[in-house]
Amino acid sequence: MSEKVKGTTTTVTTGDAPAAPREPSPEERAWEENTLRPTLEKSPERQSEFTTISGYPIRRLYTPADLPGWDPNRELGFPGEPPYTRGIHSTMHRGRLWTMRQFAGFGTAEDTNERFRYLLAQGQTGLSTAFDLPTLMGYDSDHPLSEGEVGKCGVAVSSLADMEVLFDKIPLASVTTSMTINSPAAVIWAMYLAVAEKQGADWKKLSGTLQNDILKEYIAQKEYIYPPEPSMRLVIDTFEFAAKNTPKFNPISVSGYHIREAGSTAIQELAFTLRDGMEYVEYGMRRGLDVDQFVPQLSFFFNAHNDFFEEIAKYRAARRIWHKAMVERYGSKNPRSWALRFHTQTAGCSLTAQQPYNNVVRTALQAMAAVLGGTQSLHTNSLDEAWALPTEFAATIALRTQQIIAHETGVTNTADPLGGSYFVETLTNEVERGAWDYIEKIDAMGGMVAAIERSYPQREIAEASYKYQVAVDKKEKIIVGVNEYAAEEKPLDILQIDETVAHRQAERLSKLRADRSQSEVDRRLNALRKAAQTKDNLMPHLFDAVKSYATVGEICDALREVFGTYEEVAIT
Amino acid sequence: MPEKKIRVLIAKPGLDGHDRGAKIIARALRDAGMEVIYTGLRQTPEMIASAAVQEDVDVIGLSILSGAHNTICPQLMNLLREKGMQDVTVLVGGIIPEADIPAMKKSGIAEIFLPGTSTQNIVEFIHKRLAR
Repeated sequence: MSEKVKGTTTTVTTGDAPAAPREPSPEERAWEENTLRPTLEKSPERQSEFTTISGYPIRRLYTPADLPGWDPNRELGFPGEPPYTRGIHSTMHRGRLWTMRQFAGFGTAEDTNERFRYLLAQGQTGLSTAFDLPTLMGYDSDHPLSEGEVGKCGVAVSSLADMEVLFDKIPLASVTTSMTINSPAAVIWAMYLAVAEKQGADWKKLSGTLQNDILKEYIAQKEYIYPPEPSMRLVIDTFEFAAKNTPKFNPISVSGYHIREAGSTAIQELAFTLRDGMEYVEYGMRRGLDVDQFVPQLSFFFNAHNDFFEEIAKYRAARRIWHKAMVERYGSKNPRSWALRFHTQTAGCSLTAQQPYNNVVRTALQAMAAVLGGTQSLHTNSLDEAWALPTEFAATIALRTQQIIAHETGVTNTADPLGGSYFVETLTNEVERGAWDYIEKIDAMGGMVAAIERSYPQREIAEASYKYQVAVDKKEKIIVGVNEYAAEEKPLDILQIDETVAHRQAERLSKLRADRSQSEVDRRLNALRKAAQTKDNLMPHLFDAVKSYATVGEICDALREVFGTYEEVAIT
Repeated sequence: MPEKKIRVLIAKPGLDGHDRGAKIIARALRDAGMEVIYTGLRQTPEMIASAAVQEDVDVIGLSILSGAHNTICPQLMNLLREKGMQDVTVLVGGIIPEADIPAMKKSGIAEIFLPGTSTQNIVEFIHKRLAR
């Protein structure tokens, strides 16, 4: 099995084919001669070159000449069938709308529980939890390095006691929950499972998603604790545990979102994310897991940036690449492994601090691209998020934006409305080809972990990010309200989190430490340490530890002792 | 005599790992002819102050997006004073609520650059400030 792991792709139909010379029809040539040329002579175009936000060149017009040999049966297929270009369900949004899942979390568990229940009351259909930086980095709220960061970027969760409050009166058996956490993901998931157990919910019916994508942390968001190998082991432990115990839960959300936010192009986002996905599949296979048992539980997460058609092409290409990889590289026989399911979030990095109400418009257009691209769930950013976490007012408009797209615009009436557009099909082919080029480069380096260790994706992203900044500084790319159409304005009312959250958390932690059985905590942490030195699956040990109310910091420290910590080579 | 290059320390304090801005600024200042030292992630105020002394920098640029500025900045400014580095120009870039800016400037931070600032503005600010 393991020789199969480093698969090669030899038959990329649309991807590998060299770009065929464009041969316009006689009619197109006549148009160029009779209509286009006189126009250009009289009034030249606004720019000498038109590019996407990623810098990808876009032609004046797309016609059948751009799709030589294009076969709709092969390249498009039908919704719910390979290669899934048109979507993974036969009825797409006619059958079921995407899940409206707004990312929320701030302050203490009480504060966020209240916001969760508000959002559910407003018609939101799933939950998504943002944790604060100490939690994401595996520190308790009262750790010295947590000073100033408690409850600021998300909710502070230091132990099962906080998690019980966070999901109080929220029936985990029926509400699907996504948790954005990576390095300590297995710990937080163990807490979630413990809360579900206390509520009497059947694990087999639990549905939700753990982000748990450590590779993109090394690549882009940089919230890592341990070195890549032990981190990957923790991820595969969750895959194995999920396949046995929580068949409807996604133990990972392989994320391009953060790669894009770090400044990548659309093609880089697509390529690095899917290559990350392949890396997880290969590590799972190396563990001896059956591809068709664990891969159906893997989910994906993409960004929805400003460039409308480039984004739509990206989602369509993503499904095609994943199908091909699963069938050709990994020999998958189960269609549930072939269909790439994804969540989308509108681009946080596209929001402007200036004239923030314009962000409502940006977000609506980005969300529209995600819907037209066939997303399974969606988060729309709030207008004030270039300044702070959203107020309730701003978060409500963001949710309403999705409801307007779903119920008023009519874009949900048919599957893949843009299918067959010369432009969209050509761009889908080109984005796919660009992504395969990157994927093969990373294969040649020995896979994504090896590529990360030589800073390859990090450097590619930094390069793209700088290029874009230069284009903005030179006004080659216009950002409304920032480098053009600027205006004086009044400051916005924003959500402020003060240090009382940290004090409340510190008090709660000292009470917790006084009330629990310390000998039981020590015993279970020792068992975890010992297991970490073996090849045992750590999930049962983590589950035991969290149930004794060992804290996130204590558990992550126990693993730090065994695994060590990671520091990147900083590149600029 | 060639003019002495302006020395800048770009630092990323706190637990946040979003380093897109810090890296862009480091590169833009380097392209503008300055000597740039980038600390990497998760630097405590102590680490930043020591690096500033050791590297004998003219400017410290802090990138803070996480809301921890009211904790980090006063600590760093105190440490710089203790180390006799009160003349170093301290700049902050990132997500800073406008209400917090006056107090930060009062504590000795020379300028706060909010999202959307062009890199030329920062380069010009540094040149003007150091020409005084």
